[in-house]
Amino acid sequence: MSAAYHSHTAVTLAAESTSEHRPLIITLFAVFVAATLGITVWAGRQTRSASDFYAGGRQFTAFQNGLAVSGDYMSAASFLGIAGAIALFGYDGFLYSIGFLVAWLVALLLVAEPLRNSGRYTMGDVLAYRMRQRPVRTAAGVSTIIVSIFYLLAQMAGAGALVTLLLGITSDAGKILIVALVGVLMIVYVTIGGMKGTTWVQMVKAVLLIAGALLMTLMVLWKFDFNVSDLLGTAAEKSGHGSAFLEPGLKYGATGTSKLDFLSLGLALVLGTAGLPHILIRFYTVPTAKAARKSVNWAIGIIGAFYLMTIALGFGAAALIGPENIKAPGNTAAPQLAEYLGGTGTTGGAVMLAVISAVAFATILAVVAGLTLASSSSFAHDIYANVIRKGQATEKEEMKAARWSTVFIGAAAIVLGVFARDMNVAGLVALAFAVAASANLPTILYSLFWKRFTTQGALWSIYGGLASSVILVLFSPVVSGNEKTSMFKGVDFSWFPLENPGLISIPLGFLLGWIGSLLSKEEPDKGKYAELEVKSLTGIGAH
Amino acid sequence: MATEEPPPEGSKDIHPAQPTTEAFLAEQNSAEFGELRRSYRSFAFPLTVAFVLWYLLYVLLSNYAGGFMGTKVFSNINVAFVFGLAQFLTTFLIAWFYSRHANAQLDPKAEAIKDRMEADA
Repeated sequence: MSAAYHSHTAVTLAAESTSEHRPLIITLFAVFVAATLGITVWAGRQTRSASDFYAGGRQFTAFQNGLAVSGDYMSAASFLGIAGAIALFGYDGFLYSIGFLVAWLVALLLVAEPLRNSGRYTMGDVLAYRMRQRPVRTAAGVSTIIVSIFYLLAQMAGAGALVTLLLGITSDAGKILIVALVGVLMIVYVTIGGMKGTTWVQMVKAVLLIAGALLMTLMVLWKFDFNVSDLLGTAAEKSGHGSAFLEPGLKYGATGTSKLDFLSLGLALVLGTAGLPHILIRFYTVPTAKAARKSVNWAIGIIGAFYLMTIALGFGAAALIGPENIKAPGNTAAPQLAEYLGGTGTTGGAVMLAVISAVAFATILAVVAGLTLASSSSFAHDIYANVIRKGQATEKEEMKAARWSTVFIGAAAIVLGVFARDMNVAGLVALAFAVAASANLPTILYSLFWKRFTTQGALWSIYGGLASSVILVLFSPVVSGNEKTSMFKGVDFSWFPLENPGLISIPLGFLLGWIGSLLSKEEPDKGKYAELEVKSLTGIGAH
Repeated sequence: MATEEPPPEGSKDIHPAQPTTEAFLAEQNSAEFGELRRSYRSFAFPLTVAFVLWYLLYVLLSNYAGGFMGTKVFSNINVAFVFGLAQFLTTFLIAWFYSRHANAQLDPKAEAIKDRMEADA
């Protein structure tokens, strides 16, 4: 009761103290939106061919793409979600940072370069290379769209949380309006700017996010005389959990089941990144595989630096604001910390809150644009051009299909975002990672490295990984059965105890791809595998 | 023909030389390509297994060895914290280590095969 009372008060206070500064906040948002729309229109003028629309003309440098990859990857989950999870659950929230970073090694060592060498526009290009085109392209398209929609949900939830805090809008109508605004903006970015516009928006956002996080980190450390141990000690004390706040187990250590959930989450995080379609298509924007490798290295440096800063942001929020003043599921911890650092109730506080919130808003918009582009590219290139039109569509028709599917996906994201508005965004994104790790990663790895992999194997691993992960989530406490955190309250049709399905669905995806190939009546296409393998390692014939 | 639209000004996709399937099959079985494949796989695969196990060790210790992870190293910094930072450090090191191998060992081999196949195609 008391905790609920406090958190309600805190949010109300934050809203009241900022209501007079509302024009400033809205101005900053508007400046960012105007600037990115300008970039989008400029990029749109240079977007003529399909290669421009899908791959930004393939002429970005490794550093530019590394920055854009970082901008595409560090979503609301990384900024709002992790800071909130650490502020509320201490050390257990930090697992997200570690898993999200280590995962890049899978992309670097196994996926980025072969994908750049052998694909053209989408993840489906590589998955279907050796296989019968129509069934595998369809599966790749379905999987791309489902993963992207899970990921989109998280960004929409983050947008809802921001607006509640900033504009004091607690009414559902207000939140829905903001979710709709984000949806409309993402449709505009992608349909007009294509991959070129999206890439530039992501670069700008990455710089803003790093600058904002660095500013807050320095301000937090300043308060503790740059003594990290003091920061952690104060956070532990304020949390009411003592040293347990700095140890694993506060969120996931309670029961045997929750420990399995932690393991499941850990697996999904580390294996998911290299199967995320919106990340994979970024590697097509550079001219060579070597540039793709360099851009991953830049991304690892930038993302690693950012995740180190989440320690200061999360524990800083716990130490300076106190977990009892942060409303579950914690998405507002980072902006609340910003307000505190600037001086709660003062103009400085309002400015900090506005700036950091604008950064978070930029973060959400850039990621949302990347996700929309990935799903509409896959719909247009994999499903429309190669399945429906059997490869006979012209470049113009394909791009038209991509723009129309952007509108539909944007609309779907708006509707779904309304349901997800009260969930922790890091948790939601972890689901997208689990689906990607279960359906996409096994298929990518088998395609590239296993000569006996067949069309049936590819279909079994994609659909098997996809179905098992989505069904397990559907019947997990994420959707129903938990009055506080479930998507639907007041009903309980859950029977799967874990919140993250990865522990079951990832091994299942790998297993199904293997069994499906062994049981296949059809022989693998040796010639196509020779093409794929030689291309993927040497870059001969790469687009 | 005079009324045909001018070609779009945006950058066109390049259409690189595509060797025949027979050429790819022959290349796949060649000693030179075998050496590139071995050099890549014998480096990337064991390293992947190693960092996944190292990461899982961290996750499992967090789960089932709470006492050990909670041991204080100095003032408020405990083993769990040091372990987490070590994951950051090893990620940076592995990325550097792989890139060094790729630059020195893989790129020259891949380049040689690519040039030869393009000349033949």
